[in-house]
Amino acid sequence: MIRATDRLSRLLAMVPWLLNRQGVPLDEAARHFDITQAQLVKDLELLFVCGMPGHMPDDLIEADWDSGRVYLDNAEAISRPLRLAPDEAIALIAGLRTLADLPVMDSTRDRRAVDSALVKLSAAAQDAVGAASRLTIDLGVGAAEETLRVAREALRLRRRLRLRYVVPARDETTERDVDPMRVTNVGGSWYLEAWCHRAEGVRLFRVDRVAGVEILDVDGTPPPEAVSRDAGDDRLFTPSEDDLLVVLEVEPRGRWVAEYYPVESTQELDGGRLRVALRVANPRWLPRLILRLGGAGRIISPPALAEEAVAAAREALAGY
Amino acid sequence: MSSRRTERLLNLVICLLATRRWLTKEQIRLAVPQYADCDSTEAFDRMFERDKEDLRDLGVPVVTGTDQRWFDDETGYRIDRDTYALPPIELDAEELAVVGLASRVWQQASLAGPAAQALTKLTALGVETDEGGPTGLEPRIRTAEPAFEPLYAATRDHQPVAFSYRKPTGETATREVEPWAVISRSGRWYLIGRDRQRDAARVFRLSRIDSNVRRVGRAGQYVVPDDLDPHRVLGRMGPPEDERIAVVRVRSGRGAGLRRRALPELEGADARPAGEWEELRVKVGDAGGLAQELAGYGPDVVVLEPPDVRADVIRRLQAALAVQSAALPSAALPSAEPVT
Repeated sequence: MIRATDRLSRLLAMVPWLLNRQGVPLDEAARHFDITQAQLVKDLELLFVCGMPGHMPDDLIEADWDSGRVYLDNAEAISRPLRLAPDEAIALIAGLRTLADLPVMDSTRDRRAVDSALVKLSAAAQDAVGAASRLTIDLGVGAAEETLRVAREALRLRRRLRLRYVVPARDETTERDVDPMRVTNVGGSWYLEAWCHRAEGVRLFRVDRVAGVEILDVDGTPPPEAVSRDAGDDRLFTPSEDDLLVVLEVEPRGRWVAEYYPVESTQELDGGRLRVALRVANPRWLPRLILRLGGAGRIISPPALAEEAVAAAREALAGY
Repeated sequence: MSSRRTERLLNLVICLLATRRWLTKEQIRLAVPQYADCDSTEAFDRMFERDKEDLRDLGVPVVTGTDQRWFDDETGYRIDRDTYALPPIELDAEELAVVGLASRVWQQASLAGPAAQALTKLTALGVETDEGGPTGLEPRIRTAEPAFEPLYAATRDHQPVAFSYRKPTGETATREVEPWAVISRSGRWYLIGRDRQRDAARVFRLSRIDSNVRRVGRAGQYVVPDDLDPHRVLGRMGPPEDERIAVVRVRSGRGAGLRRRALPELEGADARPAGEWEELRVKVGDAGGLAQELAGYGPDVVVLEPPDVRADVIRRLQAALAVQSAALPSAALPSAEPVT
């Protein structure tokens, strides 16, 4: 259950917002506050019984939502938003600094907006500036910078891109023409989301796996069925129940596996060893993972995959 | 009940904001109906103290003073209206768009609530955010590590902490740290701070903290170095670059990741073996990391130089073979049941 202070904080922000948007539809307001309509109605019911000392009907906040639209009145005392709390100011300032550090914020217009917003917010929340500088997000672009630049340029011009894309799990390079939709960073990696004409679907391309990129002189507007999967970025990386369950055991120095790959479960074993269960759509990369681990991990099941890892190690050693 | 408590706090805010005079505790007790729930003055005192602290934590400026004409020395309370309200921050549409983008950086992380709330406050007085902003750019951060929230708060409050930390080698030990900064790089969160036992700056990876984060002592008892640059501290902890060149033989059409980093061919070199294999040169960078990567290519890559990397790859392949062979079903291992 939400803490009373968190709810109070939401109400104090909600009242000025609603006062300045008389007649806003319930669903729109609920969406804005990221709560259900039922919760919004509960909030309005609560406002309705609060008000000035005396608490006679004339003293109480008036709230009306019967028509499906929200009207609010008699809330003069709290009609201005509360100043930014430290966490709120820190989150925005640290977020803006993250944007400012991105080399891909290349348009002068965007840069100006980030810099001036940062100046204004810092002035309004001076206490938070120091703390915000100690919350640092480094969305390093590194070698992918050029690809990101080209992708954003294509987005701006609405042009199609030709990618040479490396799939490490299969160690192969494919060429695809794509209509770019957005550039996003999830879990520390940059992705280009685009409509892929080869797969005829929306695909996420890890930017650091793009071996070559070229803007084509072709309109790059994605087809109408290209829907961004924004609502649940998580789902993109959540393995499906149909995927193969693979169980590994790793030594302490192989524990990074559990931090690096999305694992289904882990179980501590003696001596700091770890048993790791993963679901994978295509298990071909796992024997190679065992070779990389160099003795710090092994496949427990399925047995056929363990056999493959042994065969790969033998074959590799035959080259020396 | 949360609702009852929220009602009480909201009525308290309204009453302290609306008053022009200082209100005594007794007047407040009468003005906020929910305080009637208290059956003793002690209970009311405790409740009021807690409510006052909660409001201050939210940033509500509850101030105290005395009106000499009416009371001798009884403390009065009210909310300072000028510091209560968000000062006018005039943001144009483009600025608001990037502030919206900055707020959405946290959308799937632990500061999502405060970030969204801040945006609501900035738009409360009527300006709508332009959802677009910089075209098609949507950076997002995650805070999957349970230690993030307590360590972020400790860093903000200058609060020393203790936790159990696992080294890469697997051993764990309790560390007592004065947090200086939290930083995310390549999708991982790190804590930078002064390790009290070692009396030196240290970097901790949050995913290796395997206990709750305990607060130790009082907040605000240490100073963060003025010239702290989290990027630089984190960078310094990385392995030094190995400038040597490795020569590897790669099967045609394979090793795409290596090919992208391959250095240009030497002048006049025609070392390319015909047919199935090609020779590439790559920077070593980090010898251990490179050996790990090269071993991972299995039969598609053979390392020729330098000798130590070649030997390391062979050692890794042999160790992998030994460990994996021992786990084969023929080695009579009990069948592995799925992990629960």
